[in-house]
Amino acid sequence: MEVVPSSQLYYTVCLLSLHNHHNFLINQFHKRMISLRVPAPSSFNLQRLNSQALERRWRLGRDCFLSFSPSCVENRIGLGVRSTKSEMAPFTAAEEETLPEGLQPELMPKHVAVIMDGNGRWAKIQGLQPWDGHRAGVEALREIVELCGKWGIQVLTVFAFSTDNWIRPKIEIDFLLSLFERTLKSELETLAKNNVRISIIGDSSKLPKSLLEVINEVEEVTKNNTRLQLIVAVGYSGKYDVLQACRGIAQRVKDGEIDVEEIDEGLIEQELETNVTEFPYPDLLIRTSGELRVSNFLLWQLAYTELFFAQELWPDFGRNGFVEALMSFQQRQRRFGGRKS
Amino acid sequence: MVDQIRHMCVGINQILEQIHGFSRRCLFRVISMGPLPIHLAKKQDLEDGSGHKAGFSALMSMLQYCYELGIKYVTVYAFSIDNFRRKPEEVRSLMDLMLEKIKSLLDKESIVHEYGIHVYFIGNLALLSDQVRAAAEEVMQATAENSRVGLLVCVAYNSTDEIVQAVKKSCVTKLDRDMETIQLVDIEENMQMSVAPDPDILIRSSGETRLSNFLLWQTGSSQLFSPDALWPEIGLRHLVWAILNFQKSHSYFEKKKKKQM
Repeated sequence: MEVVPSSQLYYTVCLLSLHNHHNFLINQFHKRMISLRVPAPSSFNLQRLNSQALERRWRLGRDCFLSFSPSCVENRIGLGVRSTKSEMAPFTAAEEETLPEGLQPELMPKHVAVIMDGNGRWAKIQGLQPWDGHRAGVEALREIVELCGKWGIQVLTVFAFSTDNWIRPKIEIDFLLSLFERTLKSELETLAKNNVRISIIGDSSKLPKSLLEVINEVEEVTKNNTRLQLIVAVGYSGKYDVLQACRGIAQRVKDGEIDVEEIDEGLIEQELETNVTEFPYPDLLIRTSGELRVSNFLLWQLAYTELFFAQELWPDFGRNGFVEALMSFQQRQRRFGGRKS
Repeated sequence: MVDQIRHMCVGINQILEQIHGFSRRCLFRVISMGPLPIHLAKKQDLEDGSGHKAGFSALMSMLQYCYELGIKYVTVYAFSIDNFRRKPEEVRSLMDLMLEKIKSLLDKESIVHEYGIHVYFIGNLALLSDQVRAAAEEVMQATAENSRVGLLVCVAYNSTDEIVQAVKKSCVTKLDRDMETIQLVDIEENMQMSVAPDPDILIRSSGETRLSNFLLWQTGSSQLFSPDALWPEIGLRHLVWAILNFQKSHSYFEKKKKKQM
C-alpha cells in the first residue's frame, strides 16, 4: 500500500469532517431511514411518516407533554380520557373478515412470531412513563391477536419478556409482570369465548407465584381451543430453550431410553418448549422499532423463517404494519436451500 | 494507475475508520453469506459455472477489504447441507470449483499468506468427498500457525446440525454426572464455531431476509444487513455501509451491555 502524501492527507481531513457531518445527519434521521433494504449508499430515502398513530385510540387520564419530535406531532395524543377499549371485541366465525386487498389466502403464514420492541421508546417520545408504553403495547397486541384470528393464522408467538430484560429496573419489571397477570385474568373469558388457546413458554423459575397460578389456570382452561394458539414467551431465551432440550435429552440418554447416536434434529425439536404446538417453526418473524437483530428469540426455530423488520415502534404497529409485513412475506421466494427451477 | 487509486481509496477509508473513534476494534467480526448466484447467471445468459466463479472473485475482493479495514474474523457460508439437494451436476461442479480454490489457497502468492490468515473449515466434513476433505484439512494444518486474522469457511454446514453435534458431545461428556450440571458453556465450547467470537454483523446478499440455518446460535445479537445486490455484485460500498450502520447502533448497544454486567 502506498504512503499517503501530506497534501492528500489534507484532503482526507476535509473529507473526514464532511463524513462526520454526514454521520450526524444520519443520526438525526435515524428513526426514518430505511435500514434494511438499502439502495446504493449515495442516496437514502425518508420513510413515509408514521400515520397509523393517528388511529391509536389510547388516551391517558393525565396531561401528556408533547415532545418536539415530528413523529409525535403526528400522534396528537388527546388528554383526559381513559381508554374505553378495555376488552377485545368478540369475533366469531361469521365475522371472519376477507383479507385486505393484495393478500392471498393460500399464501398466509401458519405461524407468525413477533418481537414487540419499542414500548419504552414510544413512551419516551410521547413524554410518558415506560409503563404507559407497555400498556399501549398490550393494546397493540390485542389488535394483532384479533387480526390473526380473523385471517386464519394458526399460531402467534410473541416475545413478551426476555431473559435479558431482567436487568431492567425492578419497578418496571414488577409493573410488567403484574400487567401481564392482570391482562391474563381480564382477558381469559374473551379468549376462551373466541376459541383461542394460550401457552406460555420460558423460564418460569423467576416468576412470582401468583402469576404462575394464573398461567396454569389460563393454560388449563384454554387448552382445547383450536382457532388460534397464542404463545407468549416470558423469561425466554433461544439459547436457554436449546439448553433445557439438551438436558432433557441427556436425561433420557442416562435413563437408557435413547442412545447418544440417535440424537438428531427431530429429537431436539420434540424437547424444545415450542413443542406445545403443531407448527413450531415460524414462517414470518416481525420485529418492530427498526432494530435489526433477532436478540436471542426462537433461535433454533428461526432457521428458515422470513424476517421482517418494521421501522415503527410496537404501539404504533397496528393493522397497517401487519398487512405490510404479510404482503412482504407473500412476495418472497422460499427455497430452503434448493434451487428455484 | 487504477490499482494505485484503489489502494488510496482503501487507505482513505482506513483513516476515516480510525479517526472516527468508535469502538469497532479487534474482535470485530463480519460474516458474509453468499447465496449461489443463479439469478445473475441467468440474467447474463452465462453458464451456471461462471456465476459461481464470479461469486468466488467477489469473495476474494471482499476478504481483502475486510482484512485491510482491520476486521479480525470473517465467516463465509460456502455450502449448506441443504444445497446437496440441488441437481447433481451443479453440486459436482461446485465441489470441483471448491477443490480448485482450496488448493489455490496453498499457493505462495495467495491471500492466505498476504494477510496471515488462519483458515478453518467448519461443518460436517464427513459429507464431503474425500478429495475435498483432504484438501481442506491440508489447508487447515498449513495455516494453523497463522494468527493475525481468521477465515472460517462453512462447508456442508447447517446451524441445526452444528447444535445437534454439540448436544451429542455434551451428553457424552456429562453422562456420568447429574444432567442439571449441563450449562450453556458446555454446549458452546462443543460448537465448531467456538474458535472465533460471535459475529458483530451478518450480511446476506440478494435481498432475502432470512438466516437459512446459518449461525443461528451465534447471531443472537448480531446486526443483520440485507442488501439487494446479488453476491457477485457486492462491493466495498456495501461493506462500508454495513459497518457504518453497525457503528451507529453499536454505542447504544454497548450501553445496554454495560448495564447487564
